[in-house]
Amino acid sequence: MSDINVTINGQSLKAEPGQTILEVAQQAKIRIPTLCYHPDLPPIGACRVCLVEIEGERALQPSCSFPVRDGMVVRTHSAAVRKARRAVVVLLLSDHPSDCTACVRNGNCELQALAEELGIREVRVRVEPHGYEVDDSSLGVVRDPDKCILCRRCIQTCEEIQGVSSLRIKGRGYDSLIGTAFDLPLGDAVCVNCGQCINRCPTGALTEKTAIPEVWAALEDPELFVVVQTAPAVRVALGEALGMPPGEVVTGKLTTALRELGFDRVFDTDFSADLTIMEEGYELVKRVTEGGVLPQITSCSPGWIKFIEHFYPELLPHLSSCKSPQQMFGAVAKTYFAEEAGVDPAKMRVVSIMPCTAKKYEAARPEMRDSGYRDVDYVLTTRELAQMIKQIGLDFAHLPESDYDDPLGESSGAGVLFGATGGVMEAALRTAYEVITGERLENVDIVAVRGMEGVREATVKCGDLELRAAVAHGLANAAQLLDRIVAGEADYHFVEIMACPGGCLGGGGQPVPTSMAIRQARADAIYQADRSLPIRRSHENPSIKRLYERFLGEPLSEKSHHLLHTHYTPRSKQTVETETE
Amino acid sequence: MATTECLCAEIYSKIDEIVKTKGAEPSSLIEVLHAVQQEIGYLPVPVQQYVADALGLPPGTVESVVSFYSFFTTQPRGRHTVKVCQGTACYVRGGKRVLEVVQKQCGCGVGETSADQRFSVEVVRCIGACGLAPVMTVDEDIYDRVKTTRVTEILEKYE
Repeated sequence: MSDINVTINGQSLKAEPGQTILEVAQQAKIRIPTLCYHPDLPPIGACRVCLVEIEGERALQPSCSFPVRDGMVVRTHSAAVRKARRAVVVLLLSDHPSDCTACVRNGNCELQALAEELGIREVRVRVEPHGYEVDDSSLGVVRDPDKCILCRRCIQTCEEIQGVSSLRIKGRGYDSLIGTAFDLPLGDAVCVNCGQCINRCPTGALTEKTAIPEVWAALEDPELFVVVQTAPAVRVALGEALGMPPGEVVTGKLTTALRELGFDRVFDTDFSADLTIMEEGYELVKRVTEGGVLPQITSCSPGWIKFIEHFYPELLPHLSSCKSPQQMFGAVAKTYFAEEAGVDPAKMRVVSIMPCTAKKYEAARPEMRDSGYRDVDYVLTTRELAQMIKQIGLDFAHLPESDYDDPLGESSGAGVLFGATGGVMEAALRTAYEVITGERLENVDIVAVRGMEGVREATVKCGDLELRAAVAHGLANAAQLLDRIVAGEADYHFVEIMACPGGCLGGGGQPVPTSMAIRQARADAIYQADRSLPIRRSHENPSIKRLYERFLGEPLSEKSHHLLHTHYTPRSKQTVETETE
Repeated sequence: MATTECLCAEIYSKIDEIVKTKGAEPSSLIEVLHAVQQEIGYLPVPVQQYVADALGLPPGTVESVVSFYSFFTTQPRGRHTVKVCQGTACYVRGGKRVLEVVQKQCGCGVGETSADQRFSVEVVRCIGACGLAPVMTVDEDIYDRVKTTRVTEILEKYE
């Protein structure tokens, strides 16, 4: 009815009002190259790579932001378009470092791919790159401004998806520079280390601070006993970085690859996710029944933790005092496991494989040393692990499958749910329901808290209690929810917040690229992994029961509090202090 | 004009007044920056942060705007502003040499302020007096057919 007719490259196409030329072309599988455009972000038409010829228009127009009109006739690859597009890309290359072989994004760079697609064999205009310094002051994210093509995706991501606005563009023309406000080192800026900017950077201008050399050194040191833990979201995304399609569950290959790399024990963060549910679930029950601060808000996502410390420090008492599963694992590995296995914790190194760059910052927090040592020594992102697997020449897709080691490798389906938005909520409810009511939860699939909506609400009847829950992912969505809590417009019992869109499966350490379709495929894989496990409730995990029997006593015990709980630091949201004498 | 070294409470209360008049919302940013620069003379980092907080904007957004428009300056301004035209006509008729001498006399580069806070040196691209090239201005005064030998004499008029 309201359909309009458009002709692209001679093909008659139906379109809806408000659609852009690019959207209509993509639906018809007509490829228009893009660079600043990203499916997660509103188009801004900055790079001019997606220029097309429109009959009756004086100049070429950017298809990403140009809306279709009825009767419009578009050519996406005419001679004029090809010439202009080529000129745009040549100019982008003119001051771009040309040592692609030494770049972290070699083989996975949108600029490189575009130059190949357009057949650019000569860059006639070459000027020296600016020679900006690499900023490696942050524990999570490294910036290399010489490789930046000023597409602004990182700025949009930081502002619109995360509501952090740590990045901005400064200056004009050739002097334009993307960086932090007032040119602060990223490590000193108001940055939550979430790494979402890395996931959307088309080039190697943003990447994680790598721990690969340190991990190799530990593995090659015969004195050291090196254990590894793998986060839930890694198993549903690692394959993407090693030539497999999104949404493959590669748990068994992952464990085999880690043994090939030389780790002495291969353990699972899903185990400590179950442990988190025990502590956090009992904390929730305690707060609800004894009148503690409500809502209780989850504390697993270190990007979220730094966000609340900067932007909502007054809400810190709402945070669960539980450490994240990564940190619980480290504390238990260097105490309980060291004791059981007869390993000197001073000679033990704990490595984490995480979908996350903020985990690198979390592991380095001064309060995360309750085992008497640094609880987690090194954090590798999913991308870094893929790199190491390539370095030893494994044919990942054809590796035989293997199991995790005991005693920190057994987990329930609830543990793996931590990888998806709503998963901690669902896992906690599976346990809290049974603790509160003393009855068995018939259907463990609490689908009301699943999905990709930015903010979701659910009410779960636990006996007499109507437990009101809310879930948010992406920090801009989280901020909306928090503003309602601050304004007294929301009276939840329990709130789950994950810094990254989709939860950890969309984390800043996951394979690039990302999009809603890719995140959905990973989420489907998480729920598939949950369904495939014989135990679906954290409190029924036999290894967890044993840990309490032999070591911790009971949830919220003194030992638990010492090893598994933490505190938070109020911070300022101001980049620089304006208070003066 | 307030002193440039101390960003005292007095300055922040002036900014508060300006924000009150212009409206404490993101869309007032450019107007507020204009007024604040008029008041203080320049826009140093703490002032940009203060304005950002007052308008509910990320500091980076304020800095983006300040760095984009050449009217805004983050450096203290001199008591007098010297502008040397570098438009085509002025440039070919000696404007380049005039600029060199002005910079030497003031002891500072373009976009900078002399150590004694007397002059800020700027470049303009044309002031529409090409027939009188080369042209320079000091504050509101226009000097035409400037020879390098006259620069000292011109600058001496301004304390």
